[in-house]
Amino acid sequence: MELRLVTHKQFGAFSLNLDLVIQGEACGIFGPSGSGKSTLVSLVAGLLRPDRGRILLDGSPLFDSGSRIDMPPDRRRIGIVFQQPSLFPHLSVRGNLLYGLKRCAPEHRRIELDSLVRVLQLEPLLGRGVNNLSGGERQRVAIGRAVLSNPRLLLMDEPLSALDDHLRFQIISHLKAVCREFRIPFLFISHSMLEMRLMTEQVIALAGGRVAAQTTTEHLARERMGLSPVGYINLLRLEDMRLEGGASVYRWEGGELVLPRGERETSGGLFELSSKDIILFKRHPEAISARNLLACTVVSLFESGSRMGVELALGQGRLIAEIVPAAAQDLNIVPGSQLYAAIKASAFRKLAMAEPGEAQPDSEPVG
Amino acid sequence: MPTFSPADYSAILISLKVSLAATVISLPFGFLAAYLLSYGRFRGKLALDVLVNLPLTLPPVVIGYLLLILLGRHGWLGRALASLGVPVLFTWRAAVIATAVVGFPLMVRAIRVGMEAIDPRLIQASRALGAGPVDCLLTVILPLSVRGLVAGSVLMFARGLGEFGATIIVAGNIPGVTQTIPLAIYDYASSPGGDPMALALCLVSIALSVAVLLIHEQLGRRMSRLD
Repeated sequence: MELRLVTHKQFGAFSLNLDLVIQGEACGIFGPSGSGKSTLVSLVAGLLRPDRGRILLDGSPLFDSGSRIDMPPDRRRIGIVFQQPSLFPHLSVRGNLLYGLKRCAPEHRRIELDSLVRVLQLEPLLGRGVNNLSGGERQRVAIGRAVLSNPRLLLMDEPLSALDDHLRFQIISHLKAVCREFRIPFLFISHSMLEMRLMTEQVIALAGGRVAAQTTTEHLARERMGLSPVGYINLLRLEDMRLEGGASVYRWEGGELVLPRGERETSGGLFELSSKDIILFKRHPEAISARNLLACTVVSLFESGSRMGVELALGQGRLIAEIVPAAAQDLNIVPGSQLYAAIKASAFRKLAMAEPGEAQPDSEPVG
Repeated sequence: MPTFSPADYSAILISLKVSLAATVISLPFGFLAAYLLSYGRFRGKLALDVLVNLPLTLPPVVIGYLLLILLGRHGWLGRALASLGVPVLFTWRAAVIATAVVGFPLMVRAIRVGMEAIDPRLIQASRALGAGPVDCLLTVILPLSVRGLVAGSVLMFARGLGEFGATIIVAGNIPGVTQTIPLAIYDYASSPGGDPMALALCLVSIALSVAVLLIHEQLGRRMSRLD
């Protein structure tokens, strides 16, 4: 997929000026509210008309003010998943799913109802009306409906913002499963760095109606560490849980990690750990209450705002810790330094994300 | 207890027939006008808005008189219809046209209220899913406007039962042909000893209005159950 955008759009005092090329199968659009993310979506989908400029998808023009081309939204073949599911209330789940498929020309039909229903696990919902589905179920149907229209590009405009945390991560695994299975290029729009990192590797950061950066999600996350109140979120895949002395011990690529025994035991999963919750020691501290003390090597250092990020290597694992620049000087931390990282057992938080291929049905109450 | 003459019965029937015909004929035009006023972007939208709403504020007699000119022997519409062999003035058809014009703004207003309550995201979703403007109109906007269409129809039908000023000018007051309930009441009220009959017809009029409102209420309740 290649999307080229050179557009100008004015709304009162706000102006959106974009000049960018997006290549690859997945790209994030990141920015605070009011940065122009949703406007970008509307321009690409044809729901808003730029004042001037050009929008090209895979070389073919969607809009070109020079040659007076403005393809209507129904002919662009661009699917959208909105923040709200926006399902048609007068149609059943099946009717909603088929709405786009029926209007897709036979030569473009690649994804059929049966395979989509399997991937998104929609079978039990098919005959139901959309008004008594739960929030997560509705969003799953909305994703299915957009995907079944067999779009050239899928735009996801904050599709998780209206959901609670638990559902958010379940829907992410559905989104990833569906995009991977059917190989649909997508733009993922969000103001959440965590969502962004779970969904895409490339990202465009918007600020004040302009492109502030076009980079990797990882780089952007590190750059924003010092600005974010939660720091940098390390994402760790933990496996093979065993119980040991009232705690859960997980295997991780960087070694073993001790976590408090949870209410619900899981054999593993994705956990988050803030860069602020890691304390670094130059020498082995003899007595410490933190349950995890890991010997590690400094790979690199980076500055972010008033903070200093320290990239640590533990076997195959990587962790980012943050310190103040003065501490880096005092401890003489340079690439190659050997350090001890202390992490409290309670600093880890499990993301309720289903494993690929075993997406859990959501079961929160209706309403 | 006064007994109704055949002319009185036919006044009741003509009232119902004229109101029903005016409502049914107006429905597609009302829907289209509401759509254009709600979603259209075109030059002259304000003019259309004013034109549609004008009968609401104009005296019905003025509308009747303008229709009389338009439908008369020298009016372009009257001539066109006459050449087709369809006489209009002083027939029940004229009563239908007068009723339709007078009730039209009420119908358009009710449909618009329903139409503008539709979540714009649904329309955008339908367009992005490949539906053209007409497709979207028929498969999303129309089904979601049903409540407004019902409300508009009921309002117009009820208003039509009471139409007087415009009707008497273009359709006259011919018993058994164009005489509706209000025209019959007018006749009785202006003739000596007609009071009991005028009152009896008033009761019929009240009963019809109450029935229409009850049906509307019932339909509304059933529709909100479906939601």
